Amino acid sequence: MQLTLWTYEGPPHVGAMRIATSMRDVHYVLHAPQGDTYADLLFTMIERQDKRPPVTYTTFQARDLGGDTANIVTRAVQDAVDRFKPKALLVGESCTAELIQDNPGSLAMGMGLSIPIVPLELPSYSKKENWGAAETFYQLVRTLLLERSKMKEARPSREGRRPRVNLLGGTILGFRCRDDIAEVTKLLASVGVDVHVSAPLGAEPDDLRRLPDADANVCLYPEIALTTCSWLQRTFQMPTITTVPIGVGATRDFIAEVGRVLNIDVSAVLGGEVPGQASLSSSQSRMPWYSRSVDATYLTGKRVYIFGDGTHVVSAARIASEELGFKVVGLGTYSREMAREVKACAEKYGVTALITDDYLDVERTVAELQVELVLGTQMERHIAKRLGVPCAVISTPIHVQDVPARYSPQMGFEGANVIFDAWVHPLMMGLEEHLLQMFREDFEFGDGATPSHLHSVAPVKPEASSSAMAVELTSAVSIPVLAEPASAPELARTATTVAEASGAPVVVEVGAPVWSPDGEKELGKIPFFVRGKARRNTEKYAVAQGIALITTETLYEAKAHYGR
Amino acid sequence: MSTALPVYDAGATGGGCTDAPVLRERGQREVFCGLTGIVWLHRKMQDAFFLVVGSRTCAHLLQSAAGVMVFAGPRFATAILQERDLAGMADCNTELDRVVAELLARRPEISTLFLVGSCPSEVIKLDLVTAAERLNRENFPRVRVLSYSGSGIETTFTQGEDQCLKAMVPHLPEAIDGARRLMVVGTLADVIEDQFSRLFAQLGIGPVSYFPARRASALPPVGPGTQLLLAQPFVGETVRALQARGATLLQAPYPLGADGTTRWLAAAAAAWDVPAEHFRRVTEPAQARATTSLQRYRGALDGKRIFFFPDSQLELPLARFLSRECGMQLVEVGTPYLDRLVTVAELALLPEGTMLSEGQDVEKQLARCEAARPDLTVCGLGLANPLEARGLRTKWSIELVFSPIQGYDQAGDLAELFVRPLDRSARLTV
Repeated sequence: MQLTLWTYEGPPHVGAMRIATSMRDVHYVLHAPQGDTYADLLFTMIERQDKRPPVTYTTFQARDLGGDTANIVTRAVQDAVDRFKPKALLVGESCTAELIQDNPGSLAMGMGLSIPIVPLELPSYSKKENWGAAETFYQLVRTLLLERSKMKEARPSREGRRPRVNLLGGTILGFRCRDDIAEVTKLLASVGVDVHVSAPLGAEPDDLRRLPDADANVCLYPEIALTTCSWLQRTFQMPTITTVPIGVGATRDFIAEVGRVLNIDVSAVLGGEVPGQASLSSSQSRMPWYSRSVDATYLTGKRVYIFGDGTHVVSAARIASEELGFKVVGLGTYSREMAREVKACAEKYGVTALITDDYLDVERTVAELQVELVLGTQMERHIAKRLGVPCAVISTPIHVQDVPARYSPQMGFEGANVIFDAWVHPLMMGLEEHLLQMFREDFEFGDGATPSHLHSVAPVKPEASSSAMAVELTSAVSIPVLAEPASAPELARTATTVAEASGAPVVVEVGAPVWSPDGEKELGKIPFFVRGKARRNTEKYAVAQGIALITTETLYEAKAHYGR
Repeated sequence: MSTALPVYDAGATGGGCTDAPVLRERGQREVFCGLTGIVWLHRKMQDAFFLVVGSRTCAHLLQSAAGVMVFAGPRFATAILQERDLAGMADCNTELDRVVAELLARRPEISTLFLVGSCPSEVIKLDLVTAAERLNRENFPRVRVLSYSGSGIETTFTQGEDQCLKAMVPHLPEAIDGARRLMVVGTLADVIEDQFSRLFAQLGIGPVSYFPARRASALPPVGPGTQLLLAQPFVGETVRALQARGATLLQAPYPLGADGTTRWLAAAAAAWDVPAEHFRRVTEPAQARATTSLQRYRGALDGKRIFFFPDSQLELPLARFLSRECGMQLVEVGTPYLDRLVTVAELALLPEGTMLSEGQDVEKQLARCEAARPDLTVCGLGLANPLEARGLRTKWSIELVFSPIQGYDQAGDLAELFVRPLDRSARLTV
């Protein structure tokens, strides 16, 4: 048993639902109890779909268990086929049905239906959502291409036509897939390459039958499409383009790989890309110039932590480090299938990868690393909010706000523009930071004032937030805490009072240094947006040096010790 | 007993939909399972923790049903069964002990721990009752460990609360004096509890306890003098368990709307022999206030046609309120299940000829709804946007469970929840 508060991924049958919902004319019969119908709201509420997902649930009940649950399956299959007239039918089960072993897939296969049936076996107790999506897509493609796969076809002739590729892996409830597909389609068009089929998002079963007629497959989201791309490569000798074009550098690499794989000249596009040159005309994206613009200087070395699915984390690390000049202080993923790639990426930036699906591990790490920006999922957004750290969402799991009305891809040159805005805006605006520093004695810029653009951060008293953070931290590491912990200044006052009253020297437990009134006062002069960090560093320094009472001296010694 | 009080009388009342035919459906059901109740139960009982023993699906349901991920360290969690747990039962119990120990170490402020059964734990016949007894022996009195099932093969949406409360009933202290006392059953928002407490005090009704209380450890006493007044229409099993401990059920409609609240209070007033004149004096100002607040919205709802998909069990009382106090016409009133013990007073007040349906065959029901083209459809979150896209205005039923809607001072708010989608639709030109 695994104790879980929040989960990054749903069960594997939700992954199968994502495939069915992404396509047209595919229906999914899911052997599952009524509670599992909650999954519909992911599609209708988070993704704001205007149709119900094409899923029929058997919704068996306890009273059915002794009897003929198999009969419920075949009835549901027949009803779904009659009512929705799909061109392909997925049949599978959720966690509960897996235990009663009705084998709904085999039952459906035995019904003599005239449409292709894809029986799904998605082990709920060991696998998760993305794996379920990848397996479902693979099984569906394989089933529809069964005949063609035996024919030992030659690769299609390129005579008299433009090269064409398939875009594989985009799904409903993925991260910005809708706009990524549009952007990559534009990008490919700029080098004279057509998109043959985009799947699963936007495809129908007949489109999947046409997949081998393309010259190559673009594996846009390896979590979803890698299994299928590998099979198409093995079976139809279709090459796979594996660079994920997120970020300016990766987009350039992607174009180069497209040129190499399809054996076409891409210099018309790549020639306009001048790495290392500081000007607006050096790239189709504004990001390189914006990043070199002097106002972006304050971004230098910002400590950033990255967590999400494998694809987006690896891409984000490169952008953060090479394109925005941040310092990657840690990264990780919940995608165990991508653990190897993410570990290799971490090594490149001299950090250790965190491979976990426990958000408490992530929260602990973010807190320990004293980061200045978190790039993560909706889970990390909440972690960052609690720690008072800016955050941008870069990966699933998503929330309704991650399905924006406007065009906002992550991929391609426009994607890089979107990323620049999305990651930089949560940070303190450079000039505003300087102004706050300069005018912090003015009442308008007093401690209570939060930056106007940081509306997501409640204007809490900085002192309180720092001690609240300490409480979150301790609760995260399983140390029992008081229900109403006293804030650090209160503790200091108590200690002082005790000392005064008893006339004895302050006795403080080693490991819990106390702030002296003058130290506390000096700390108050430090701008609030770095005060938390100063407090933590000073306390850490005091513990390391065995200092029980933190004075002004301790504060500046710590500052000298740690640098900025 | 004063005859002037507007009380339900089984002998005399009848009528309405008491003996109306009910369409019983057994097809695909589009309703949450009982685990969903945890979302409001953990907020009501602030010293309780809910540990679901289930699958990743259960955990995913809980965080999805919470609408937004309410992110603080929540007082609920899932012990997710893994492949190796399914191999042998002894292993499962050891694992459960380990998880519970980990949890209690992390959350020392917890006074009551509920082990909540799920579909998978029911199917593998993991005996959580015995497990809870064992863990209770080890942890009581610091922590009381109880168990109930919120599984979707046995419970629907709000039934989870019924199962949870029922599990607490054997542990309620015995009210041995046999004195008359009132127990209000079913979760109410704290603010509404306070409003009702003031009214009960003015009426001279007491002592009053609420079940569940704000602290799970504050268990209300029960015994032969206990009179049960139901705040929620989904606590039938709990009522039966309380009756077995000597309590008496006061039949009343639910406290939704001005008239509904009056009738609800009247049931208690009758049991306490409150003179009709005194009852009138106490309730009249609040009732007048409620009527005034309803007036503002009645025009927007009067004559409009409403369709209820089965979801929260609140469908019958809501339909009664909307038809009697807001002038709406009931196209179809669906309910996941019809428990007459706790709905008889509501059925009597529904207009004769109302189409009632129990259970669901969602495709057929959608077809009926589309054919009827109601002005407003009350349904779950999975159906709302698809229905909107077909030109039907909808109201999410889950909001009616989470919002404070009971009592005089919320009558206007309740009506407004139904007016809002219509108002919005009237404003938009895009």
